[in-house]
Amino acid sequence: MTSPVFEPWNDPEAKPLIEFQNVTKRFGSFTAIDDLTIGIYEKEFFALLGPSGCGKTTLMRMLAGFETPTEGAIFLAGQDMAPVPPNKRATNMMFQSYALFPHLSIWDNIAFGLKRESMPKPDIEARVDEMLRLTRMEKFARRKPHQISGGQRQRVALARSLAKHPKLLLLDEPLGALDKKLRQDTQFELMDIQEKTGTTFVIVTHDQEEAMTVASRVAVMDNGKIIQVSTPDRIYENPNSVYVADFIGEVNIIDGTVTPNGPDSYSVAWKDGQPPLNVISPTAFSDGQSCHLAIRPEKVTINAEKPADVDNVVQGKILDIAYLGNISTYHVELPSGVVIKAQSANTRRISRRAFTWEDTVWLSWTATAGVLLAN
Amino acid sequence: MRRFALIAAPYLWLLALFLVPFAIVLKISLSDYAISIPPYTPQFDWATGIGAFLEKLDFENFIWLTEDDLYWKAYLSSLKIALISTFMTLLVGYPMAYAMARAPAEWRATLMMLVILPFWTSFLIRVYAWMGILSNEGFLNQFLLWTGMISEPLTILNTNTAVYIGIVYTYLPFMILPIYAALERLDDSLIEAAEDLGCSRLTAFWLITIPLSKTGIIAGCFLVFIPVIGEFVIPSLLGGSDTLMIGKVLWEEFFSNRDWPVASAVAVVLLLLLIIPIVLFQRNQQKQEEADT
Repeated sequence: MTSPVFEPWNDPEAKPLIEFQNVTKRFGSFTAIDDLTIGIYEKEFFALLGPSGCGKTTLMRMLAGFETPTEGAIFLAGQDMAPVPPNKRATNMMFQSYALFPHLSIWDNIAFGLKRESMPKPDIEARVDEMLRLTRMEKFARRKPHQISGGQRQRVALARSLAKHPKLLLLDEPLGALDKKLRQDTQFELMDIQEKTGTTFVIVTHDQEEAMTVASRVAVMDNGKIIQVSTPDRIYENPNSVYVADFIGEVNIIDGTVTPNGPDSYSVAWKDGQPPLNVISPTAFSDGQSCHLAIRPEKVTINAEKPADVDNVVQGKILDIAYLGNISTYHVELPSGVVIKAQSANTRRISRRAFTWEDTVWLSWTATAGVLLAN
Repeated sequence: MRRFALIAAPYLWLLALFLVPFAIVLKISLSDYAISIPPYTPQFDWATGIGAFLEKLDFENFIWLTEDDLYWKAYLSSLKIALISTFMTLLVGYPMAYAMARAPAEWRATLMMLVILPFWTSFLIRVYAWMGILSNEGFLNQFLLWTGMISEPLTILNTNTAVYIGIVYTYLPFMILPIYAALERLDDSLIEAAEDLGCSRLTAFWLITIPLSKTGIIAGCFLVFIPVIGEFVIPSLLGGSDTLMIGKVLWEEFFSNRDWPVASAVAVVLLLLLIIPIVLFQRNQQKQEEADT
């Protein structure tokens, strides 16, 4: 039995919950968001990923209503959001600093939004208890925010922002203040809660691992523009530009010029005196066009002897080894001075490692391992 | 040892300049009026010894304070004026502190300077200046007559209104500074969070800003209330004959009547009355420190 695939962005019938239409936001002469158009679908877990200052937080604050677009329009469920103030929006936000009210107990923090709706008291109590259960904070209901740990505060902030059944939950770097182990646990918790509640989540983060783990789709942003929107695996395997390839994970970028030599097949001339590389690319390139070949280190195999029958092979000397425990990254210098990174799993104990510094090795990869990029 | 010396210094200072004078005042308050120099009896005499000296002290003056209604009326009136003027100072000071805390960061130091600036001029000169503004021929009346808002000059000077104006003006910085300190620490994202959860600007102010600046409000109120109860200069310069404040009564008892024992009794009772709000104030400070940790 296969469960239906959740891919509303591939369904031409589906209508996005949120639509940005040619949105531009300027602060004085600084353009934070530059003519941006995007649709986010219901029940999506959408990640905005980018370096600090790329406009991702501004984008989120416009959704919450704290900023208004200079140009363009934002629609939530078909309604233009421009005239709607933050307190009338069906969105809730989880702040980076959590913004828990220090003078109120955990219980009152979670009940805060519900009380504003003049909900009957028993209903408020039931909803707060439900939220406390969801975030496993029942025991701490009577405490004040400064009496609980950072991870617990983060859960309270989540409970508070979910309490009002928002159509859209905004998470601004929600896990930034947590240490790595706790962050990883919380990421899965977030996904669980998102699935259970069926709320649409938009998360802002600069941590690519976090975005890849939690999100159904990732938007990579730079300088107020969205460079690529796709599922995590496509962002990783099929980046549309050197920027995206470089931002997500480790990558080798080889600059060269292409010559077509078959259907979808190209030969890339890249360094004088080196044989051209063979690449298969679904995107068409013209003869003599300059290009960048992006190859992930884990797709490069490292061999002691020259392998036979491979698409690409180069010889080099090990310059550096980065030992990460489970894997090692080898920095291999080619005679031309280019350094190529190759990764291999440490299936043997370190004392029995096959390669060491200054060893001459052969690197190989298949024609489909890399992605040929025009820019 | 050095630590002991460090702590001893302020305590010795307090002992010499507060406790010893207070003991003397307490002693005078238990003495009797006498036409002599100094104008009270008994005086300590080595010949008769401490026993005979203590025997002559009594609570006569304190009983007198309860018998003459001038005194408790003056205490009550001081209390009333202090309460009302503290409240008015809060009403004026809070918006100013709020505006300062919300001002762009590069402006805040300047605004703070402006609040403290009046202290660079003598307090007496500033109160005299108010006499020039508030008198019948003063600037305020001249301005109002010129604009045509009034046809007869208003009588403000030598009324309780002038006293309130003087007190609010003088004590405003003591209200503004602690409230400003509390508001400046306030995280803007808390207000945004409140709005995000459905509050209007006004309810967010009422439910978040006010409670979180509560310690500042309380500190400011005590800093104004405590000195205003014993205030003497402002009521005597700006107030009229019907302005009854205990500070003024004390001054008249001491300098006009030259009745040092009764004046001392008035002072001792005033001090005891002030200890209550001072203790409350300290408990507020303590609570705040606990909340901060």
